[in-house]
Amino acid sequence: MSFHPSHDIGVWIAALLTLGIFSFLYKDNPVYKFCEHLFVGVSAGYYVVLTMMSSVYPNLIHPLFTSFASDRHYLLIIPLVLGIMLFSRFFPRGDWLSRWPIAFVLGVYPALRITGFGQGDFVEQIHGTILPLWVPGHLGTTIGNLLLVVGLLCTLIFFFFSKEHKGAMGGTARLGIYFLMVSFGASYGYTVMARVSLLIGRVMFLLDDWLGALRF
Amino acid sequence: MTYEYQLVASPADAALDSDVSRPARAAANFFDWSKLNVLIVTGIFFALLFGYIRLAERGARWVFRKIPGLDAIEEAVGRATEMGKGVLYVPGVQDIDDIQTIASMILLGRVARVAAKYETALNVPTNSPGVYTVAEEVVKSAYSDVGRRDAYRSDQVRYVTSEQFAYVAAVNGMMLRERPAANLLLGAFFAESLLLAETGHAVGAIQIAGTANVHQMPFFVVACDYTLIGEEYFAASALLSNDPRLLGSLKASDMVKVLMIIVIVLGCLLATFGHTWLGDFFATQ
Repeated sequence: MSFHPSHDIGVWIAALLTLGIFSFLYKDNPVYKFCEHLFVGVSAGYYVVLTMMSSVYPNLIHPLFTSFASDRHYLLIIPLVLGIMLFSRFFPRGDWLSRWPIAFVLGVYPALRITGFGQGDFVEQIHGTILPLWVPGHLGTTIGNLLLVVGLLCTLIFFFFSKEHKGAMGGTARLGIYFLMVSFGASYGYTVMARVSLLIGRVMFLLDDWLGALRF
Repeated sequence: MTYEYQLVASPADAALDSDVSRPARAAANFFDWSKLNVLIVTGIFFALLFGYIRLAERGARWVFRKIPGLDAIEEAVGRATEMGKGVLYVPGVQDIDDIQTIASMILLGRVARVAAKYETALNVPTNSPGVYTVAEEVVKSAYSDVGRRDAYRSDQVRYVTSEQFAYVAAVNGMMLRERPAANLLLGAFFAESLLLAETGHAVGAIQIAGTANVHQMPFFVVACDYTLIGEEYFAASALLSNDPRLLGSLKASDMVKVLMIIVIVLGCLLATFGHTWLGDFFATQ
């Protein structure tokens, strides 16, 4: 095996920071602390600029100062005032003003999302579960449909809070938790595989992009 | 004006191009009739919701089953007090517009009240300015409610960063350096769930997690002492708050489940005998 280290300073910085973060696997140490603080600081600054340039500036500041009157952007006054009110929390005597924009956001977003949840997570799920419990000539489909319907009904009963899980209901709820645990196990295994592939990607970066050890 | 559509492959390959669609004409439409079923189902849900909230406000009380993870929250804060260590509360990585984060703020209020009463250090790192603003308000109010406003410190609730893994790196660092006795991971979590729970486990903290993100629950189940699974998490916020409106909504959601079970059983029986109209009613596409 021969090494052909990268001549790109960006690759070197990325590789050393990757090793710095990996050093956490041993224990907390000054190198990890440095990488962590750098990561947090750079990302926080990046997000401030990103929000400013991709949201606040094009949607509020630019239209306010360039075409406010000509394009009648009068409604923009509302987010401007609400945004300024958020800063009132820096002044103890007027910090209650910041609750108004928060209340506005908390009220508007759940309302906006109701139709999406209602359709995707509720109505369509019911539609997907109403299946024939016997499909002549297709034993596999029949078993699959039965498992899905029984699993869903038992799991729904597990999430029933108005009654203690005792007797028949307790048994059904217990079956529901078994279904949940089987699905969790499958999901866990699947995700671990995905994480291993992420690790492989990072190791490939170190060995190939940085050290050039995989070039033959 | 009429429109026609065709998907064209790039780079050009006539064999991959789609057929040209039939001419279509755009027209103003105030009501999407294809979503009538969503309106009806949502309407029934809201009727039950407001009905039970009204009943709760008039004094009706219901008995709800115990949720093990819920009792454990107070125990965890108590344990931290006995050990003279702090409590770390992580409200997830979504913004304040996410319903899970809102539920987390209700739970945070309860945790902060208990922490203030026991004089236990509480740290709340947040990953969004919106969550930071609300969490600070919630914790401050909780300390005031129990007459401990003077004990509140402005650095208890901190904005760290909005970048998912930088936030995780920072919270993991806090776990290792401050060694809290209890970690409460309550909110919307994604790929960072196992990273946080694993580090918390390694420092020996009692861990209680709760999320409605199905794909992250396995990690919490494996690495935490108690997990509020799915709707248990929302029920916990209602039960802890003891607010009649939230308890009414919890009762209403149970009634919706009963209706769902009836509809699904009936629909499956009808479908088995070749009648698909009930299933078709719930089709949204």
